[in-house]
Amino acid sequence: MLMTGRFGRFGGAYVPEILVPAITELENAFLAARGDPSFQAELDDLLTTYAGRPTPLTRCRNLGAGKARIYLKREDLLHGGAHKTNQVLAQGLLAKRMGKCRLIAETGAGQHGVATAMVGALLGFETRIYMGADDVERQQLNVFRMELMGAEVVPVTSGGRTLKDAVNEALRDWTASFADTHYLLGTVAGPHPFPLMVREFQRVIGKEAREQILEMEGRLPDAVIACVGGGSNAIGIFSDFIEDEGVALIGVEAAGKGLDGRDHGATILKGRPGILHGAETFLLQDEDGQVDDTWSVSAGLDYPAVGPEHAHLKESGRADYVGVNDQEALDAFAALARNEGIIPAFESAHAVAFALKLAEERDDNPVLLVNVSGRGDKDMASAQRLLGK
Amino acid sequence: MTRYAAMFERSGQRALGAFLTLGDPGIAECEAYLDALVDGGADMVELGIPFSDPVADGPVIQAAAVRALKAGVRTGDCFEMIGRFRKRHPDIPIGVLTYANIVNARGIEQFAHELAEAGADSLLVADVPCLEAEPYAAAAKAAGIDLVMIAAPNTPQATIERIARISSGYTYCVARTGVTGADRRLQLDHRSLFESLDLAGAAPPVLGFGISSPDHVREALDHGAAGVISGSAIVQRIADGASPAEVAAFVRELRGATEAQRLDFASVAL
Repeated sequence: MLMTGRFGRFGGAYVPEILVPAITELENAFLAARGDPSFQAELDDLLTTYAGRPTPLTRCRNLGAGKARIYLKREDLLHGGAHKTNQVLAQGLLAKRMGKCRLIAETGAGQHGVATAMVGALLGFETRIYMGADDVERQQLNVFRMELMGAEVVPVTSGGRTLKDAVNEALRDWTASFADTHYLLGTVAGPHPFPLMVREFQRVIGKEAREQILEMEGRLPDAVIACVGGGSNAIGIFSDFIEDEGVALIGVEAAGKGLDGRDHGATILKGRPGILHGAETFLLQDEDGQVDDTWSVSAGLDYPAVGPEHAHLKESGRADYVGVNDQEALDAFAALARNEGIIPAFESAHAVAFALKLAEERDDNPVLLVNVSGRGDKDMASAQRLLGK
Repeated sequence: MTRYAAMFERSGQRALGAFLTLGDPGIAECEAYLDALVDGGADMVELGIPFSDPVADGPVIQAAAVRALKAGVRTGDCFEMIGRFRKRHPDIPIGVLTYANIVNARGIEQFAHELAEAGADSLLVADVPCLEAEPYAAAAKAAGIDLVMIAAPNTPQATIERIARISSGYTYCVARTGVTGADRRLQLDHRSLFESLDLAGAAPPVLGFGISSPDHVREALDHGAAGVISGSAIVQRIADGASPAEVAAFVRELRGATEAQRLDFASVAL
């Protein structure tokens, strides 16, 4: 390995020795591609002509009116319905360059699985998606989408039967299959080089948003707000603002049924450092280091670890992390739909909820940039049930 | 002489290791199975401390960890079980296998210290490769136990040399890529890996992952392994409700596959 993969004291590459050649090969391929204009050109072409970049920046006409100027970065309008598509296309091209013929991926709500199935169909890979058995039940539509695009969906019945267990199963597959298989990890978690690589491939969100807000508002935002599960959409929109000291970076974690109990996914707020899925990072765990099962109304935030760079941003004080509970997220989900005609994913609704809270609290009419990381179609059945309509 | 060195000498470099997960299916039952391993003739025991997310393990050993954790077994209980086993069996080498988060939750130095106090001989952390091994090697050294590292057929030469420097007791060689468990894709001829390890001055190679029959044992040892470890095949029997006597009988079968050649070795030595 050429790099240590550390963000401050977090990150690293905690994988069985057998997997080290696989992550070394990936690091080499990533660094070579990053310096290769033909890779970037092919990726840019796909991002534009296939995925629909750049995505717009929308100013809320009604929400927060008089209290804040709220701008929405519309990753919900990307092909596939979420920011996941950005980095999946990039990793797909990378897998081609490495000569792999098969993709595997984990998925929680199914968004990353759908994105991976998409790139599998587009670039001609055999694709297998690991998904917690409970999530398979909860997200039937996404399972069908994946299958329609030719992916095989494997329900994972071990552990808590959700995202964490799907990652375990994908890692197990990879230790036996890396010769011909790329593990297309879906977020900025996992062993080096995934956290670095996925950040670089999601950077485009913040790069566009920075230009767009300068164009529309004439200045940088007071705060950039994004939800954090593994943390890829947040890192994506934060990255180009990290050097701008006057811009607050706020990651919103799932407070689930409340931070006092155990039914939440607030890893940074309630966890302590540990090692899971290849990285040292904040982790929800018991005293012995057994990893907790988590809860959030949004499957994408239902994860007991977090990308190591977020752990570092927290510890260095550059970013702040806050919690939004299920009910607050649902209220924001309904409010954005009712007032702006935009139905966000439950995950993104957490970020919207905090922006609305901030708008109420502050009296300086701040400019708030919110990442709407995905659209809410996948959550319609749950919303119908939870909102009692 | 360390217990491992004595064992390799005693067995003529044909040692049988037996694995189970501590606390599976409960503490008292597990202690009976532990003794059964020794009754069956295991030269060394390899004991897993359960972790909720064992990514290097296949379904059989995952299920064992789930059973132990469901039974309420904690890391402290595992240390106590090791301590009691050590009192009953003063000479059998005890290797402990677990995951980084279990070690780090206690503090790496503290974990190594408690392990040594309990009477264990070595520690293997399944998700700590050479790249991340320095703090674990330092803690093991300070506590006076061996850190065991894994070498695979795809392990590059530079890593083999690093393994030789930081790993002692034995070198855990994997019979194939992938996770633990019985599998048809087993490769038992690893002479080139064993030669590289030997040239680098590494500790004796012991082959694991998928060793589930007397034939596997015989073939691995005939191809130059100094020992073998059987895990999933034993743990599956525990899962199926085999009695300690039945587990001992299975271990005895495996042990038998090391025996004939041990006698040959002895006569050659004479």
